[in-house]
Amino acid sequence: MGETEFVIEPGRQDIVITRVFDAPREVVFKALTDPNLIPNWWGPARYETTVDRADVRPGGQWRYVSRDADGTEYGFRGVYHDIVAPDRVVQTFEFEGMPGHVSLETATLEEVDGKTRYVGVSVFQSVADRDGMAQSGMEEGASEGFDRLAEVIQSLL
Amino acid sequence: MADDQLSLTFAALADPTRRAILARLADGEATVNELAEPFSISLQAISKHLKVLERAGLITRGRDAQWRPCRLETAPLETASDWIRRYREIQRDRFDRLDQEIQAIQRKRKG
Repeated sequence: MGETEFVIEPGRQDIVITRVFDAPREVVFKALTDPNLIPNWWGPARYETTVDRADVRPGGQWRYVSRDADGTEYGFRGVYHDIVAPDRVVQTFEFEGMPGHVSLETATLEEVDGKTRYVGVSVFQSVADRDGMAQSGMEEGASEGFDRLAEVIQSLL
Repeated sequence: MADDQLSLTFAALADPTRRAILARLADGEATVNELAEPFSISLQAISKHLKVLERAGLITRGRDAQWRPCRLETAPLETASDWIRRYREIQRDRFDRLDQEIQAIQRKRKG
């Protein structure tokens, strides 16, 4: 199983996640963009995720809903800006619980020795947005973490 | 710890001077003058940073009116650190499941 790496520097408004998958880019691209497969990985494992909309083409809209054990629903939506198989997906992201806080997500797939390196960059509107979104992500499994910050904190303990 | 407390912690940490101050305090108590020494900024600016750290509960200050030494409080850091660890687990889990989907597609193609 590959390692998921995070780069989240304190005071910045972006998050970078890198992961190497042992598969060709076409396969990784399919798993990332096939609406039938998205529910299997997109949301947190303990939530049931359904695809409400996934018009996978430039300008198309997406909306996924994650439901927790109590039946509470959390909606996420955005627009696909660029879908370039098997290289790149560029899309906006918004948690409906925090309307107006939109981030831009760029996923790039690179072939490395027959494997695929996924690099996901999320750019938020502000540092506070990034940290806030990652906090709501704690509940919804939506967004990303705080790796560098974690190291800073560890070094202080 | 409430979410807004966590926000205070992260906001306080999102500044290199304040992190340097905390790193210094990890070695032991220090006065404002001692904390200001490595920086080329005014005592007033240092005091402002200390207020942010104090409000976030990351430091406490002694009662002695003249010296008021600063002390690192690790409880909010431990809470923030736990939170980050749990958060990363969720993200790792998500990418592990994406990996499983990818391997399933591969098996179908080969089979």
